[in-house]
Amino acid sequence: MSDVIKKATRESYGEALTALAEKYENLVVLDADLAAATKTGIFKKAYPDRHYDCGIAEANMMGVAAGLAATGMIPFASSFAMFAAGRAFEIVRNSIGYPHLNVKIGATHAGISVGEDGATHQCCEDIALMRTIPGMVILNPADDIEAKAAVEAAINWDGPVYCRFGRLAVPVINNNPDYKFEIGKGITLRDGKDVTIVATGLMVCEALEAAEMLAKDGISARVINIHTIKPLDSELILKAAKETGCIVTCEEHSIIGGLGSAVAECVSESCPVPVTRIGVNDTFGHSGPAVALLKEFGLCADNIAAVTKQAVAKK
Amino acid sequence: MDELIRLQLQKTACRVRMGIIEGVYNAKSGHPGGSLSIADVLTYLYSIMNVDPKNPDMPERDRFVLSKGHTAPALYSVLAEKGFFPKEELKSLRHIGALLQGHPCIHIPGVDMSSGSLGQGISAAVGMALSGKHRAQNYHVYTILGDGEIEEGQVWEAAMFAAHYGLDNLTAIVDNNGLQIDGKITDVCSPEPITDKFEAFGWHVITVNAHDFDDLERAFREAESITGQPVAIIQKSVKGKGVSFMENQVGWHGTAPNQEQYEQAMSELSAELKRLEALA
Repeated sequence: MSDVIKKATRESYGEALTALAEKYENLVVLDADLAAATKTGIFKKAYPDRHYDCGIAEANMMGVAAGLAATGMIPFASSFAMFAAGRAFEIVRNSIGYPHLNVKIGATHAGISVGEDGATHQCCEDIALMRTIPGMVILNPADDIEAKAAVEAAINWDGPVYCRFGRLAVPVINNNPDYKFEIGKGITLRDGKDVTIVATGLMVCEALEAAEMLAKDGISARVINIHTIKPLDSELILKAAKETGCIVTCEEHSIIGGLGSAVAECVSESCPVPVTRIGVNDTFGHSGPAVALLKEFGLCADNIAAVTKQAVAKK
Repeated sequence: MDELIRLQLQKTACRVRMGIIEGVYNAKSGHPGGSLSIADVLTYLYSIMNVDPKNPDMPERDRFVLSKGHTAPALYSVLAEKGFFPKEELKSLRHIGALLQGHPCIHIPGVDMSSGSLGQGISAAVGMALSGKHRAQNYHVYTILGDGEIEEGQVWEAAMFAAHYGLDNLTAIVDNNGLQIDGKITDVCSPEPITDKFEAFGWHVITVNAHDFDDLERAFREAESITGQPVAIIQKSVKGKGVSFMENQVGWHGTAPNQEQYEQAMSELSAELKRLEALA
């Protein structure tokens, strides 16, 4: 695995904005004193006249984004997930969601892989919060290629989109010529018949590795990449539920309100099968190196394989 | 100001007040006090703004955001006067299935932004002004805030941003009627001194008598002449203005009149309208 290319999706975010700036002349970028970290600094360097720093004032930034969108611009409002979805939630809800304005939120540093900064900055609640806003699209790309595709898809989507990016460099897994990103369409990365592992974000790579381990133990695991948490590809999920009879979800987010909840809600209403949720188990994170934290919280291939094995045994 | 224009504005404002009472009475809920205190400034604003009721989405139009969104009856009444929708709509304000929501909604003709969660409208207005600057468009953006509303921290984030980016295409009016739900603003959690605060945030500040059209004209002319910084117009107003028993009464912040009170309010306003019409 040493030759695997790794890149943080926040880096992809900054690069994609820059690459797409010429094509989409109404695109502007807002940041809240975190341009160096969210990587919108890359865009700022190339297009200083199209980047507005709002200072450390996320509530106003979201409102300004709403005003820009109401007058025909396509603003990307950028901050850490904690502040974009958390601190500014009510502004996103009332000034962006309710009037259904064309604002794109670029939320970086999602999940516990923020690492050393610890619990105050590790946002594991953003997907849950954003899911409750009617009309909000939630994208959580798995790697560099998907993140860049997600940014362009968000631009072309008419309405608010929450894009979730990570701080940690993660392997590029979607570098194949057939790769296609479509909002609301999950991707089956590996077929299987005993169980389906539904993963999102950086957990997709871990899920693929887990499926490999399970194969050695004679378990055939399907792996689905859900890059769009809302609207959820319920057709693909229900098909998997019917065909494999058992689902394990994996996300770098609280097990409450995120992908696991969305999948459980979907299958319980239309095709009830056991759903086991892997995620942050209703607890706060803490400081430490990102990779060590992911291991500690069970957000790694070993744990996915172990949990999936148990889930299959209980079928 | 030309006498006929002044009289015209006074008559319109009186009809706007009647529309406010009509709306809140029929809704059996809503906020008459703060609606009546902005009836004059809104009437004046919509006499100078570049808007077209036949083309409410005209890209080059001036923008207005009612940051103190609970006073939607005033905005709706002005928009109905301008012809954005029939006055009849005021009677179904806040009803199920009605066009006119309890707080401004962007889907209503003439409403540029959904608002009502206090402190948020000014940020949207700032965004609209930034957009105008960014694309070198000539429209102006107006917003009205409550003096209680400015207790919200977001207002000052927006104020800081607007001054930093030199948004001289933005005018924020603070409706300084001195009362909020829980009592006098100076008793609840004082936002005073309001003028000094906006000045300290880099705004050009003008104070005005909210119920004097000549003074309003002076204030808005001065605002237009300011370059390089946003303008705050602090209007000294009377909550409940125009309906004797509602004036300066905190209890009329968010209460609808009963039938007797409705009839008294309408009779006072009709008498005033008659008086103005007799002058013409």
